[in-house]
Amino acid sequence: MTSWFSGPWPWYVAGPIIGLFVPALLLVGNRVFGVSSNLRHLCSAFAPGGLEYFRYDWKKTGLWNLIFLSGIVIGGFLAAHSGTSHDIAISAQTKLALTKLGIHDFSGVAPHEIFNWHALLTLRGFVSVILGGFLVGFGTAYAGGCTSGHAISGLADFQLPSLIAVLGFFAGGLAATYFILPLLF
Amino acid sequence: MAKTHTIETQAIGQNGGSTALLIYLVLGVAFGIVLTKSEVLSWFRIQEMFRFQSFRMYGIIGSAIVSAALSVAFIKRLHLRSFSGESISIPPKQLGHGVRYAVGGTIFGLGWALTGACPGPLFALIGNGVSVMITAVLSALFGTWVYGLLRARLPN
Repeated sequence: MTSWFSGPWPWYVAGPIIGLFVPALLLVGNRVFGVSSNLRHLCSAFAPGGLEYFRYDWKKTGLWNLIFLSGIVIGGFLAAHSGTSHDIAISAQTKLALTKLGIHDFSGVAPHEIFNWHALLTLRGFVSVILGGFLVGFGTAYAGGCTSGHAISGLADFQLPSLIAVLGFFAGGLAATYFILPLLF
Repeated sequence: MAKTHTIETQAIGQNGGSTALLIYLVLGVAFGIVLTKSEVLSWFRIQEMFRFQSFRMYGIIGSAIVSAALSVAFIKRLHLRSFSGESISIPPKQLGHGVRYAVGGTIFGLGWALTGACPGPLFALIGNGVSVMITAVLSALFGTWVYGLLRARLPN
């Protein structure tokens, strides 16, 4: 039991559990599992400009999801503070490829060399965090969903738009990995 | 007075009351734990996936889709209702010309590889202590806002 909570979970445990969030939310209140709608709800609640896209009753449609979202932060905190911390056991080839890109610190969940406050002012820090974040927000809004809403909820319901979106996710991810990252590092 | 009361009850009813809200919080906490323990929030794992150097991420996403699809099929077959009494349905996405899914999806994919995180993991990373991701979230909110600004001019 202790080892279960201290170490990473195997894929065949983690994956099916992630999938079960879809029926859980449907059964609790007929809610569709999808995290990125929260970005729209937060804009609706706080953003200036009165744009039509954000003019709706965010409490009615999105309060449940914003509460779910705050749970994610708490859950991330709890999981990170239970068990012992260890490096992510990525494959030797990946480690080699990333070392060639100039990453030396493999401790933690994301490379400290890029994801820290000081690195924000470097090109790779700015592009990874600020530009990357912007593209996540713009892209999910345009596509109408992210990994949870399209790749999991949408594909589980056999929706064609979600399949197109997921192919796009991979096209973009591959382009960034093979063409953008080598320029930055 | 009675009228106000009805409206309030309806508003709360839409979210399923405070008990349901507590369940959403618990589910969110569970999801944050799963995102961390499965390591899908890790930039390293996302790189390994986009370089096709491990089956792990594909196994996780694939088996998540299978378990979700089986559950949804089961719910539909039995015509189950939610605890709040509604009939359960996943609203279909409108295909249109499909441009928004292909282009929007690709733009999101670029951001997914650069940050090493999709929206759920962005928030779970803040909980994990990668505090600089607060900037990524603010930037993502700005990205969503800019979409709202340009929406009428973008092809669907």
